[in-house]
Amino acid sequence: MTHASAPVPAHAPTTYLLRDVAPLGGDRVDLLLADGIIAEIVPSGTAVPADGTVVVEAGHLVALPGLVDLHTHLREPGREDAETIRSGTRAAAVGGFTAVHAMANTTPVQDTAGVVEQVWRLGTDAGWTDVHPVGAVSVGLEGTHLAELGAMAHSAAQVRVFSDDGKCVADPILMRRALEYVKAFDGVIAQHSQEPRLTEGAQMNEGVVSAEIGLAGWPAVAEEAIIARDVLLAEHVGSRLHVCHLSTAGSVALIRWAKSRGIRVTAEVTPHHLGLTDELARDYDPLFKVNPPLRTAADVEAVREGLADGTIDIVATDHAPHTREDKDCEWAAAAFGMTGLETALSVVQQTMVDTGRMTWADVARVLSTAPAQIGRITDGPRPQGRPLAVGEPANVVLVDPAVRRVVRPAEQATASANSPFGGYELPGQVMATFLRGRATVLDGAPVEPASAGGAR
Amino acid sequence: MKHLLTTKDLSREDAIRILDTAAQMAATQSREIKKLPTLRGRTVVNLFFEDSTRTRISFETAAKRLSADVINFSAKGSSVSKGESLKDTALTLQAMGADAVVIRHQASGAPHTLANAGWVEAAVINAGDGMHQHPTQALLDAYTMRRHLMPRVGREPGGPGPSAGTGLDLAGLRVAVVGDVLHSRVARSNVQLLHTLGAHVTLVAPPTLVPVGVEAWPCDVSFHLDEVLADVQPDAVMMLRVQRERMSSSGGGFFPSPLEYTRNYGLDAERLRLLPEHAIVMHPGPMNRGLEISAEAADSPRAVIVEQVANGVAVRMAVLYLLLAGDVSQNSSHERAER
Repeated sequence: MTHASAPVPAHAPTTYLLRDVAPLGGDRVDLLLADGIIAEIVPSGTAVPADGTVVVEAGHLVALPGLVDLHTHLREPGREDAETIRSGTRAAAVGGFTAVHAMANTTPVQDTAGVVEQVWRLGTDAGWTDVHPVGAVSVGLEGTHLAELGAMAHSAAQVRVFSDDGKCVADPILMRRALEYVKAFDGVIAQHSQEPRLTEGAQMNEGVVSAEIGLAGWPAVAEEAIIARDVLLAEHVGSRLHVCHLSTAGSVALIRWAKSRGIRVTAEVTPHHLGLTDELARDYDPLFKVNPPLRTAADVEAVREGLADGTIDIVATDHAPHTREDKDCEWAAAAFGMTGLETALSVVQQTMVDTGRMTWADVARVLSTAPAQIGRITDGPRPQGRPLAVGEPANVVLVDPAVRRVVRPAEQATASANSPFGGYELPGQVMATFLRGRATVLDGAPVEPASAGGAR
Repeated sequence: MKHLLTTKDLSREDAIRILDTAAQMAATQSREIKKLPTLRGRTVVNLFFEDSTRTRISFETAAKRLSADVINFSAKGSSVSKGESLKDTALTLQAMGADAVVIRHQASGAPHTLANAGWVEAAVINAGDGMHQHPTQALLDAYTMRRHLMPRVGREPGGPGPSAGTGLDLAGLRVAVVGDVLHSRVARSNVQLLHTLGAHVTLVAPPTLVPVGVEAWPCDVSFHLDEVLADVQPDAVMMLRVQRERMSSSGGGFFPSPLEYTRNYGLDAERLRLLPEHAIVMHPGPMNRGLEISAEAADSPRAVIVEQVANGVAVRMAVLYLLLAGDVSQNSSHERAER
């Protein structure tokens, strides 16, 4: 990708002409981004740039709507040694995201209007992506008392997604109450499905590999039992349920069954569960320690099939940065989690597009449109997950699907290096990301905001 | 061989070489002066994150009989209990110039991490890691079985000498391993090694103490001890230690009571009578007399449990010798090139 620009007055919003680009991998067009919106879409080669317009030669690029991550751990407040809102959202922009949902398991927990507003404001000030805080379901993630969900919903952060992620809302009464309560503001409970008693001390998927290498097993049934319970609860009270990071073949079957009954359930899968298996635990490298754990090849096949046929609605990263000391140790002492913002799109391309199971339009659906709809951010002051159409916000990502790149965790924009794909060659590279017309990434590199809050 | 981390890494030839070397070591142990000068000037560190007086003493004795300097580093009363990481402990040992690190750790894979993270250049010997492996225990068990049971025909009458069975594997032997397989590194190590050496293993345990995924192991599994003793007619029965706390709800509730466990899976005099004449009874220790093994069984002439302890020293001498005085330089440069 190359671009040429004439001098422009400082602080004026730059106009970009994306020449000869393929929206959703379809017919090539010229796409003009001006004043924060998609101003023009005309046949390829027919747009005439005005003075000061930056022309991006995009003849080899695919345009997608800005990606939306429903499941990101930004670690701030509390663990700024692993990631900050600034570093995490910059990583998100590099990965093609224009909005992320910041999970609630910070310190302090995002369980009050004050904390979610702080996260929302820090995200806005950083200017890399929109940041939508996820509110905790229970006070302190302790699974006993409902947090003030209404206050968070009505705060400046406009929280719609609530989750105790990292922990399961295991108490069925608390889960029922939460599902019911969020109906008042069209919220959704995003459940981390993990039966706690069945997973005490669990370290990895329970199966052939755990039996041999002697790590305590995390059985598939511990996930599936909670999903089965929750879809029935959601049906009973008529509420919206979102299943985080489902990882087993049985979970896919349960979601398929629930949807066939008309239950209002949505489901997500992570890139690492699309790409990796529990065989990777054999060397006890804690980079592959994650919760829920990497599963078997049969599970990987089932989640790919479920994503392709729409049973699984979205891909979300579960980006979970950790400091070196939390991974540079024996397996049992290491933290669960892996980074993912900067590799998500490549893994989806590798596992779903390059295999012929999904089109780029499907990618836009599972990584932008559907997550934005689940998070209820398709409307309002900063809509996301909108189509690439004239008049829509200029949230656009340009991907070069032909690039092959070797993942170098130390060189990523995230502040942590715990990528499970280090050393892997992955296809595809985000060449540019636009957030309401501001280029947050150009030529594959992040572009610092002109001033704090420059992308308001 | 640079490290000894799991019996799965051992080929049949590797294993026989260790057993044959152990036989030579054992022969020296009947001399008046038991000490050999082989590892003079070398330093062996016993790095124990988990209490195990028996295993530590066995390794310590083995190293001292080879004239190595021995440093015992136990988690209790050391900086480890103050939260020092495995990495910093390892870097400290490296700085002090350890030639071999014998590690016992409650976390499965800790020896693998110690050997492969690039923290130490020393040879790493796994002395038991979590629920994973305890390779020298399996080697001493194999050595004990070979002495008593190989060759299967034409054995000399009377008690076997230390070198009985030298050069042989365990082809055709039938071995029953009974008890808490799920939590047992001894069972995992033995299944792998005995399979490599040609023996046929039957695991016997209540279904709650058999790991999910066991179907991939090279062995049979039964829930019925009496059937196995009568039908398989094992040449050796290895009883595993069962922790009483496993029956409590907080310990996992794996069986209803010690009495029920003993009724179904304990080795007593009556079950002893089901075994063939030549069969031996083994236990890695420490025993729970009256739980997994009765006093009659433990003290019977067929029990080789005390001899296992003695053989442990010989096998650990052999492992230390082969890792530290064998062709270490070639192997280590080869390992580095592979990284």
